[in-house]
Amino acid sequence: MADPLHQFEIHPVVHIPLGEVNASLTNSGVAMLAATIAITLFMTLSMRGRALVPGRWQSLAELTYEFIGNMVRDNVGKEGRPYFPFVLSLFMFILFGNLLGLLPYSFTFTSHIIVTFAMALMVFLGVTVIGIIRHGFHFFSFFMPKGVPAVMLPLMIPIEVVSYLSRPVSLSIRLFANMMAGHTMMKVFAGFVFSLGLFGFAPLAVDVALTAFEVMVAFLQAYVFTVLTCLYLNDTIHLH
Amino acid sequence: MDIEAAKMIGAGLAVIGLGGVGAGIGHIFASLISSISRNPASRPQVFPMSMLGFALVEAVALYALLISFLILFL
Repeated sequence: MADPLHQFEIHPVVHIPLGEVNASLTNSGVAMLAATIAITLFMTLSMRGRALVPGRWQSLAELTYEFIGNMVRDNVGKEGRPYFPFVLSLFMFILFGNLLGLLPYSFTFTSHIIVTFAMALMVFLGVTVIGIIRHGFHFFSFFMPKGVPAVMLPLMIPIEVVSYLSRPVSLSIRLFANMMAGHTMMKVFAGFVFSLGLFGFAPLAVDVALTAFEVMVAFLQAYVFTVLTCLYLNDTIHLH
Repeated sequence: MDIEAAKMIGAGLAVIGLGGVGAGIGHIFASLISSISRNPASRPQVFPMSMLGFALVEAVALYALLISFLILFL
């Protein structure tokens, strides 16, 4: 039986050695390019007709736009409008990355901690910098919740700081572990299909159900990453 | 004790936390079902929050699994 973790291996597709640095295009990079091209084609080609009464593709594009627009407006408020392009790009990138990984023989680039940690770190640093620019030194009053007696402050402030610093960690691990666990489970059941011979239809049925579940998880994880980004943005813009 | 045996025992102990996660997910959906059945019109507001809650609880399950794999393989 093949190793279920073999699918996560990164290997170069186009060798580009730049002296000391290995700048090759890897299978992960190809998957990211494919996701970006798919998103661009989806959004631009769907809106090409510009009908007042949208057809099917235009409805999909408009529904996605409004879904994220409403999410930003509900969770961040009016001040969140400048950040809407970033939030929409983040959502579409993660969603298409998760979904494209479900196709056979493709690569799920969100199943690597370095990719999800880079995205979560960008969100965290961006949100913190936005808060510091907007509120100056007053930003650090975020770590002092209201209505706390002064005796508890030496305990509460480190707890608040640690829980704030754990945000990029939890954000990245949630997405990475979901994707990796889902794909590993699918591979393990797929390995059982051939080795069971005649009764191989049972793990195959489980694999079909698991693929449907993974489609739902793909949407859910993209949604949760985006909604938590909006909530963290709301935290640093307001409540100071 | 043999280091391999200790790793196996540690990995097994690490996944005990998944019991709490099962209870948590059941609690979220129990309150979702009861709140929608009391007030079906609240469904568009309650459902996204329940999905967020479910994903946050499931993340804890994956942290436990991650620690178990770290103990077992690293």
